[in-house]
Amino acid sequence: MEHIVIIGNGISGISLARHVRKNSDKKITVISAETDYFFSRTALMYVYMGHMKFEHTQPYENWFWKKNRIDLLKGFVTKVDHENKTLLLNNSKSFSYDKLVIATGSKPNKFGWPGQDLKGVQGLYSKQDLDDLEANAPNNKVCKRAVIVGGGLIGIEMAEMLRSRNIPVTFLVREDSFWNGVLPSGESKMINEHILEHHIDLRLSTNLDKILADENGKARAVVIKETGEEIACDVVGLTAGVSPNIDFLKDSGIELSRGVKVNRFLETNIKDIYAIGDCAEQHEAIGSRRPIEAVWYTGRMMGETLAQTICGNPTEYKPGHWFNSAKFLDIEYQTYGWVFAGGPARKEYEEHFHWRHPKEKICVTIAFNKDTKEFLGINTFGIRMRHEVFDRWLTEKQDVDYVINNLEKANFDPEFYKHFEKDILSAYKNNLQTA
Amino acid sequence: MSNKLNHSMSLATPDAQDISTKQKIALAIGLIGLFILVLALFNVNFPNKGLFLTLSLGLITIGTVVYSRDAYLTKVKGIKNDGVWFKSISSRGAWGWAVGVILTIFYIVLYFYPQYLGLGKNGEANTGLISLFDPLSNLLSGRSASQWFVYGTLYTVAIFAFGYKFILKYRHNRYEQIRTISVMFFQLAFAFLIPEFMYRMNSNLPYYDLKSVWPLNYYIFDEWSVKGFLSNGNIGLALIIFGILSVFVITPILTYKFGKRWYCSWVCGCGGLAETAGDSFRQLSSKKMSAWKLERWLIHVVLVFSIVMTVGMVYTYLDNDGTKYWLTKGVFISIVIGFLTLVFAAVLYFKGKELGKDAKYGAIGFFVIVGLLLVMHFTGTTDEIFFIKGRKLRSAYGLYIGSIFSGVIGTGFYPILGSRSWCRFGCPMAAILGFQQRLFSKFRITTNGGQCISCGNCSNSCEMGIDVRAYAQKGENIVRSSCVGCGVCSAVCPRGVLKLENDSLEGRINPTEILLGNDVDLMNLVNKK
Repeated sequence: MEHIVIIGNGISGISLARHVRKNSDKKITVISAETDYFFSRTALMYVYMGHMKFEHTQPYENWFWKKNRIDLLKGFVTKVDHENKTLLLNNSKSFSYDKLVIATGSKPNKFGWPGQDLKGVQGLYSKQDLDDLEANAPNNKVCKRAVIVGGGLIGIEMAEMLRSRNIPVTFLVREDSFWNGVLPSGESKMINEHILEHHIDLRLSTNLDKILADENGKARAVVIKETGEEIACDVVGLTAGVSPNIDFLKDSGIELSRGVKVNRFLETNIKDIYAIGDCAEQHEAIGSRRPIEAVWYTGRMMGETLAQTICGNPTEYKPGHWFNSAKFLDIEYQTYGWVFAGGPARKEYEEHFHWRHPKEKICVTIAFNKDTKEFLGINTFGIRMRHEVFDRWLTEKQDVDYVINNLEKANFDPEFYKHFEKDILSAYKNNLQTA
Repeated sequence: MSNKLNHSMSLATPDAQDISTKQKIALAIGLIGLFILVLALFNVNFPNKGLFLTLSLGLITIGTVVYSRDAYLTKVKGIKNDGVWFKSISSRGAWGWAVGVILTIFYIVLYFYPQYLGLGKNGEANTGLISLFDPLSNLLSGRSASQWFVYGTLYTVAIFAFGYKFILKYRHNRYEQIRTISVMFFQLAFAFLIPEFMYRMNSNLPYYDLKSVWPLNYYIFDEWSVKGFLSNGNIGLALIIFGILSVFVITPILTYKFGKRWYCSWVCGCGGLAETAGDSFRQLSSKKMSAWKLERWLIHVVLVFSIVMTVGMVYTYLDNDGTKYWLTKGVFISIVIGFLTLVFAAVLYFKGKELGKDAKYGAIGFFVIVGLLLVMHFTGTTDEIFFIKGRKLRSAYGLYIGSIFSGVIGTGFYPILGSRSWCRFGCPMAAILGFQQRLFSKFRITTNGGQCISCGNCSNSCEMGIDVRAYAQKGENIVRSSCVGCGVCSAVCPRGVLKLENDSLEGRINPTEILLGNDVDLMNLVNKK
């Protein structure tokens, strides 16, 4: 019986294991050094905030794995020997495979800041990071202030977590507005306001210079690069993005760049070794997607796809239209298709229509081709949209007028919610007249 | 280890998640209100009972209102679940167990020892707690209070005070607000005021909470009840016809259109209390597969019991002689068996395939009921069914299901089993509505394509113990007989994945293996299999 070994029990590795089991009788082993069972990484924040307990982040009950004959092995793979098709576990035990899948995910970025390895300095990615945060910042007496470095999705989540325990938070953002490399300015500004509303000390256009230690080797303050200001703190959160967690593959012969290089079949340069999820890097980007996509659902999709290939139905990884979602404190965000804030990704034909509610934190940005009127994508804040409808409209290449006139069909807000399609439509018409 | 599991065992400061000074004052105000009730319970004779009753209920309400305003209005609107699993009371800590024990004792006394609450025996005047409620009862219906009046009043106050809290907690969510206003209205008007006024108009009419439908009000077809209605002319006849229409006509139509939520989380009193006072405990319901299996057995056993019991009760007071009245024992049993057979055959014909293995269990249930009814018909006498007194069967049901299950366990165990253990494991009405919802309803919770991140907030907050995430992460709509449509899973979802809606029956149940967003060919390949 062919033995499929998967390194990593995150969403991509587990999706793969489940689908291989559905389609075959192969022996499956999932190796992880992080936790005994698969859990939802994106839910770690809710454990710290007390919305859930850690076991609630586990989507399958513990009996599930045995019942489905998916062997779980706790251990750290220190070496891959592809010539003998073996792994070295914890530097001691040898373990053989027939097909190997690397699904080791990411690790938080560190940019060589002085003091980045002190006690009390941490990222927020793994279960261990959550345990560290619980130890470093159990309450606002032990942690009198936390400084978060990096204005992205994890940064704002970490700020929300700490605020839930009334810990004062200073939030250092390199850009001049929150996440404006991704969000168009109107949206980014609205989130700035919302961050302040939550009593978070938001510092825009601010970089970290260094982290200072106390006599015990624990972080006691950060120094701001621009002003030299020293901010006393007990915890420093490093949330400046993530990168593939592949250090253990350095001399394995597997082709690496930032991530593990794979083709569209998710195969590496070495036969019978594959990579999926956050740690996989496409030779060439697919559409406007990045070569490395550290997104929950792409990890899942790569797992689903590779399972087909492994079970004898070679299948290319072909993600459909881009979509994503997130929540910034109390504001839900969804995106379908592409809305580029700026930079090289935004072509000169991409024009935006932006509508924002006069009082509430609700807004919409619709991107379209100003020459052909083709609808390109939408960002919504505080309004839920139906994935299926936008996926269809993008496939049909609907024009922007159609989309705005039919916006109600895509609404996914709970019943009795106020609708804003009329306001959006009239703003759009006014906009056309003035433009 | 999971975080923060080592609860402080100290009752004084259960957790470091401190509450504000204003909240402490509010708690004190509410506790003073409660304390007045406790004093009355221990026979402190208050001089002006009306005044002290007003004071007590007023203080409880004001305390809850002030507390809620400080808890929610001081913050930006949004999901407010911080620390739910840290707080002793809402995570089966020392406070949770203490409240559970107190509530359980209260229910035991209420159902079985009302004299300790001060109920006057044999027409004597009330004392203690119940006498404190005499002025209000006199005002409404012109008679002295009973333990049920006390209970009804406290119940209504709880739904109002905690309903207000719930509305503030979900002030960004109009579905939750409107639904809560609805349960507050139905509790006050239908369960509390109208029956009292009906008594005032016609004191011979049996108590009838119009919104309570058989088999939830299992006593409506009892002999005393039916006779009570029928001896009161047209109004009584109208009420009993309304009772029958509720079960067989009104309920199925509304459930078809809106799902069982129209009743369970918009109208029902048990649901009303669970959604308001019980909201802090919703996350405690078990999501294990084993709990689901237990649920399906238990609730259907109760349903079978309630059907057989009701039919048996009606059977005992019907006649064998067709010349006096057309509805004889034989005709009645034939009608019941005929109706059940019709329903069973129709379900099997239209939905047999979809039900698969469940059809087998349905068949077992059907034949058990029919078998029992036949045994009853051929062995029963005027007052004995199954060789025991019909009354005994009826009182056993009243005791074990009506009192112990729905009251003592259903509500007393809120802080241990979650807020809906009665609705989930025991309520025969929920079983019937759930059956309709699963098979013939436009209602479902739609899953939004590939947006789910498996975080588990939805499952965690499901009071009915549905593992919502198991469906959402597969891109599958949630069509479950137990879903009461409270909408909280949709509210807490951080990615906008879930929407309660009534839509066409086609595509309502959509099992998928590959979610929207992945390559279309792959989706077809895997899903078509």
